[in-house]
Amino acid sequence: MHIQKVNEISGAQILIESIKAESVELIFGYPGGAVLPIYDVLYDANIRHILTRHEQGAIHAAEGYARISGRPGVVIATSGPGATNLITGLANAMMDSTPLVVFTGQVGTATIGTDAFQEADIIGLTMPVTKHNYQVRDARDIPRIVKEAFHIATTGRPGPVVIDLPRDIVQTKTKKNEEKVLYLPGYQPTYEPNQGQIEKLINAIKRSKKPVILSGGGVLISRAAKELTNFADKYKIPVVTTLLGLGTFPASHDLFLGMGGMHGTFAANSAMFECDLLISIGARFDDRLTCNTNSFAKNAVIVHIDIDPAEIGKIIKTDIPIVGDAKRALNSLLNANFEYECNKDWLDNLMSKKSNYPLWYTEEDNLLRPQRVVETIHKYSDENTIVASDVGQNQMFAAQFYKHDFPHKWVSSGGLGTMGFGLPSAIGAQFADPEATVIAILGDGGFQMTIQELGVIQEYGLPLKIFILNNNALGMVRQWQESFYNKRYSNSLLESQPNFSKVAEAYGIHSMTINNSNNVEAEIQLALAYKGPIVVDCRVTQYEKVLPMVPPGRGINEMEGIANEADNYSNSIK
Amino acid sequence: MKRIITATVLNKSGVLNRVTGVMSRRRFNIESISVGQTENVNISRITFVVVVDMIDDIEQLTKQLNKQIDVLKVNDITDESVIARELALVKLSTNKTTRSEIYSLIEPFRASVIDVSKDSLVVQVTGTNTKVEALIDLLRPFGIKEIARTGVTAFTRSVKIEEKPTAFIS
Repeated sequence: MHIQKVNEISGAQILIESIKAESVELIFGYPGGAVLPIYDVLYDANIRHILTRHEQGAIHAAEGYARISGRPGVVIATSGPGATNLITGLANAMMDSTPLVVFTGQVGTATIGTDAFQEADIIGLTMPVTKHNYQVRDARDIPRIVKEAFHIATTGRPGPVVIDLPRDIVQTKTKKNEEKVLYLPGYQPTYEPNQGQIEKLINAIKRSKKPVILSGGGVLISRAAKELTNFADKYKIPVVTTLLGLGTFPASHDLFLGMGGMHGTFAANSAMFECDLLISIGARFDDRLTCNTNSFAKNAVIVHIDIDPAEIGKIIKTDIPIVGDAKRALNSLLNANFEYECNKDWLDNLMSKKSNYPLWYTEEDNLLRPQRVVETIHKYSDENTIVASDVGQNQMFAAQFYKHDFPHKWVSSGGLGTMGFGLPSAIGAQFADPEATVIAILGDGGFQMTIQELGVIQEYGLPLKIFILNNNALGMVRQWQESFYNKRYSNSLLESQPNFSKVAEAYGIHSMTINNSNNVEAEIQLALAYKGPIVVDCRVTQYEKVLPMVPPGRGINEMEGIANEADNYSNSIK
Repeated sequence: MKRIITATVLNKSGVLNRVTGVMSRRRFNIESISVGQTENVNISRITFVVVVDMIDDIEQLTKQLNKQIDVLKVNDITDESVIARELALVKLSTNKTTRSEIYSLIEPFRASVIDVSKDSLVVQVTGTNTKVEALIDLLRPFGIKEIARTGVTAFTRSVKIEEKPTAFIS
């Protein structure tokens, strides 16, 4: 006769209790054989679970949720294919330092290693794309492991943590182990910047005639946008942001030079090229930002503030390294209250570049330009608007022509450049902030990579505004083929497309098509004012290029297309 | 250049995989690696010799290894006062005349014969990499049938030379 001890509960119950103990409000996931015991507990666990239509959708939604809420995204997927479908999202979160705690099912411990049904070596597969991972070997370890996982995911430089749960571990009943003391002797992130290094930085600023701040996504992670703005304002130091750093400094601020890098502004790249002091805060010198490193800030004293010591000196040789939290570093600088006035010639020089070489596009007919769509979206946005982009031209237009004035309102796949990220991450952003107007700016290619998530929008009535910059092409690929591959458009033109309005209709989602620029303002206003979810198919010109551009292999001082060729500006400033 | 790196790690399954994974992902070439428990059963020491082009590469490697949650401490001990040893087993072809010659040859190396058969014997030698290499070179004319080597294991001496200032103060 089977006797169940009263104080014994299943591993799955222990798991859900442990997740609840971390104040998790929302889980994105997809069930399957190995996680059935977990889903059985979830059935009446009083914790919200969003069923996406693909595991990739679940993890990108969790990323969007984490970026906007500042809380870790939580994901559950089953063993084997369920778990392998998460790999792209894990790699994306790892690159962009997004906190995630991901639970994967696993076959029973007795069958691990036998190529069992739906078995995959998730620990081995996810090791390179996670901050840490665990395979639970004993249900009594679950409380401790979950606590550690949330701690690791959210502290220091955030990142994804995977917990692999063999089926028997979550199924068998055991006595709950209440002891969950964190024991992580090898993990002690440095938050407090070294005061001696801060002093060095202050002295470097005092000596500098041409300083510039480079602000990255780390400033958002440490919730330091206000401090950054105060610091730049106080000493009148101009600011360049990275792609993920958009919103850390108001785009409408005089001192804002724009995004830097391959498709950055002329003013931003000139500042990084000519500066004598570059203060990088929470940025990691991605190659899309630095372009050819030989001509990146080559005459500058490089200051690198980052919580991850491994980022310092990895790409750019650093003169003043400061390991620590961006907010604390900025507060140390503000509290030091030193005297400094930024050189007026330097500011004037940059301001004239900013006003003489703004981002531009041509519009001499009534054809719809993608830039115009984004510009108009921005015109009718406010501080409660969140923008999520996909990857490629749509992303660059959204970065350039949407003026990012507020922090934590921009979601985009930076380091990994993941097509298909836009739609599910917008869904996650909407769940994180139900009151916000969430706008997804997508391309027709990326939209189709995760199009199935329209099902989630339908199910929850999420009032997303989905703008498809539909150019019947994989725009960025097409652009590179035009510029660097003799216009040989190999597999980049989408000759056959579904009718996106009808797709939306099939999901019960309202839709609109904008064919030309005749009424674009009114049409976009109408779309944004619509109460529920809406898909707006914007039939934009195919030949549009993202400009200006630093061609591959060149330095940031070798931009092309900084001004309309029809105007008499020098097209390339050497 | 060759560098000797030691890492103390938590003695958990998969840790070696994590450490070597970091190296292969970032294209570091491991020349030798040796792992063993330390005085604390929960902690292992990994000693590896890596070949790098520039000293900056080593700094990046040690930082990346330090990011691993299960890695406690990583040191490049190449320039410190270190004790580094390896062990080699060498199986040689022998006959009546060469056998005694081998015995006398290995004696100054403080190597020993640990297995003898009719037509072969096995020499065990421990010491620095150069010493092991030198002995193997001397033994080569006798006809080496097999060699098994451990790779370097090392730590710093108790009496240290003055420590160099580290590049980054964090």
